[in-house]
Order: sequence, then structure tokens, then C-alpha cells
Amino acid sequence: MNLVIVDYKAGNVQSVMFALERLGIQATLSSDAETIKAADKVIFPGVGEASSAMAQLKSRNLDKLLPTLEQPFFGVCLGMQLLCQHSEESDTELLGIIPSKVLRFQTDLKVPHMGWNRLEKLQTPLFGGLQEQDYVYYVHSFYVPVNENTIAQSSYPEPFSAALQYKNFYAAQFHPEKSGPAGSQIIKNFLAL
Amino acid sequence: MLTKRIIPCLDIKNGRTVKGVRFENIRDAGDPVELASWYAEQGADELVFLDITATNEERKTFAELVKDIARHIDIPFTVGGGIGAVADVEVLLQNGADKVSVNSAAIRNPKLVEELAKHFGSQCVTVAVDTKYTNDTGWKVYARAGTVETEHATVDWARQITDLGAGEILLTSMNNDGTKAGFALDITGDVAKAVSVPVVASGGAGSMQHFADVFEQAHADAALAASLFHFRELEVPVLKHFLKEQGIDVRI
Repeated sequence: MNLVIVDYKAGNVQSVMFALERLGIQATLSSDAETIKAADKVIFPGVGEASSAMAQLKSRNLDKLLPTLEQPFFGVCLGMQLLCQHSEESDTELLGIIPSKVLRFQTDLKVPHMGWNRLEKLQTPLFGGLQEQDYVYYVHSFYVPVNENTIAQSSYPEPFSAALQYKNFYAAQFHPEKSGPAGSQIIKNFLAL
Repeated sequence: MLTKRIIPCLDIKNGRTVKGVRFENIRDAGDPVELASWYAEQGADELVFLDITATNEERKTFAELVKDIARHIDIPFTVGGGIGAVADVEVLLQNGADKVSVNSAAIRNPKLVEELAKHFGSQCVTVAVDTKYTNDTGWKVYARAGTVETEHATVDWARQITDLGAGEILLTSMNNDGTKAGFALDITGDVAKAVSVPVVASGGAGSMQHFADVFEQAHADAALAASLFHFRELEVPVLKHFLKEQGIDVRI
């Protein structure tokens, strides 16, 4: 399988590469349009701040390319938020692939939402082999509200989108590459799509 | 809902764990990767690695070690010790660390916290705060591994670094550290109340009840311990079951 990880200087690329390595899977790191287009599957990692990440994507013309992709695509953490329309983080226009908005947590609870939280209302083969209430690791201050493209939820304290799917675009707010055996299973499930 | 985190802390010197560790089922407890993997399997929620070496040469060894840790463990980890500049952090994050912890450098130059948050996002910036109480001064912040008293009152400092972009505070009470008499509930509670970011309590863990107390009474988001775990006086799964029975939400 030709697996490509989108390279735009996202912070957690190394962690995603290592997670794949632990599963015995080779991946190519690339920002080249032809290489990404030719991939069987694409992983889009991300941590950090939305407007800087968008600037990195634009400087590589990836903001034009990514919405045109048709193969199974997996956005992780900020890589999920960037697929949406607009973020309250620095009032940033995003890639506009998934028709959702990204909002800041408005809660008395601690922000960032940092640590292990439960997955609920799991849908789609992305969560095959997992159970309701399995734990995954989160670190984020912005979230996507539950909507028609939500395929898993967590609560903090209100339910929010743990994962999204829109056509071939899958995405997770949590970090599967840091979520122990449950996270590995989700990566394997994506690769088997 | 979000669970309370249990965090073993490993001190690293020249690429090896220090503080003698006694584990029968680990071949080489001096090997940080092997020890870290074992803790991950035991259900630790995160790990912290503190580089306590001094020379630049040894720091390079640590950066290589970070890569090796990231390659092998599948839970998040924070690295700290001797971080003074954005470039230091870049290497550690590129090698696969999830968060970095800064301490003395933030006191010398609080703007560093702001720069790190801007470059890498608050979510990976932990500020370590060493604090000590005396009757004369109240709770004050200490720099340089706890050897130098600063002008900062602890709660004010916690607010200041949070405003600058710290995403987490690792609060160590020097009065409690090594005593096994329990965490410093008063200052931990005051800091947790004063800031909007998660607070990790450190220093003084000696029993399971101490963890329950720091979560319930001081509202810490996470609790860290070192020798208690390393010497197997307490094991992570036993601790977590105890906490769960007390009605505290933990990942099991």
C-alpha cells in the first residue's frame, strides 16, 4: 500500500510515523502534489495553531490540493479541524471540506482539554474492534460541535465531535498515535478501509 | 468525562534512568525505554522524563533518547531539563516529545513561555514551578533546581505564566518532596483555583490516599510521583483501582 503523510511541518509527524512503524507499516512523508495524489491513502497530522498551519498549507499550495483528493483520507487533531470551514482560533478560514465550524471550549473546566476521555456513539468501520467507553488521548482547546458528520463523541462537559466523516475524509480530534492499543486499532482500521 | 492522570517521572542522566530501580520483570531498569514501556503497559497515563545532566554533549544524548522513547511507547510524554530556547524545544518536539517542561528559563525570561506557545501551541508547553513555603515569605517560587529563591509569589507566578501561554503547570512543593507525607494540598488547591489550565501535583506522594486527597481536596488534574513507583512501593494498577473505588474517575 502506498501511504503518504502530508508534510507541512506539523508538530506530530514523527509520532505518527513511529505509530505506523510500530504496526510494521512504511509511509512516505511528502508535500508534493503528485506524490499525494498518487497515494492509496493519506494521513494528515497536526498540532499547533490553526492560522499558522493554514499559512504552511498555502505556502505549499496544499490548500487547493487536499479538497480534491478522493482516496481515504485521515485528519488527526488539528488535521481534523483544518478540514472544517472556519475556526474561532485566530478567526481562521479553513480548508472547507467538511461543513462544520470549530469553536473554543466555553466552560469552567480546564482548557486545554488534556488527557484521556471516553469515546461514545461509535459509528463506521473506523471504530471496528473498539467498544463504547474506550479511552483515547486528547490535547486541544478548540472543538467541533456534534453534527450530522459526527461518527464518535466525547464529553467535556457537553458532547463534542471525537471523530468526523464526510465522503472519503475521516478525521479524529484525539491522538490515535498516542492512545495506546485503542489508538493503534483505529489506525489499523483506517488502513483497512 | 476527562479522567485524572497518573504520571510516573523518570530522571535521566547520560541516557540512563537514575535512582536505583528494583524490578524483577525488567531486564535493564536503567534503560529508560524499557522502563517507560513497562509503565505504559501498567496503565500510566503519561510519562515525564527529566534530563538532569549538565553538559551540551549529554544533552545531545538526551535528544536521541527522546526519539527512541517516541519510537517505542504509545502514550504521551513530556520532557524537561535545561531547556532555554525555542531551538531546544524544536529538536525535542521533532524527535517525538508531546510536551516540553520549562522551569528556570521561564523565570529568567518569561517571554520564552510566550514564544514557545506562539511557535508550537500552548498544548505542548508545560511550565514547571518549584515552590517552597516559609513562615516569613509564604509560598515562593524557586529557580535553579530549587536552590535560588525568586521574588515571585507562587499563585501570582502561576497566573502570569498562564497568561503568557503555558498549557499546563507542573507544581512541585519542595517542602513535601521526598517526605512521603502527602502532596501540598493548600498551594496545589490555590494554584488549581487560580488558573484555567491543568495542574499536575508533584512532591510528597507516599500512599494511595494521598493521590485521592490531591484530586478531591486540591482539584489537581494529574499527580506525579517518582520513587514511589520506581521502588514498587505502589503500582499504577493498584492505585487506579483504589481511586476508582473512591469514586475518582481514572482510566482503567
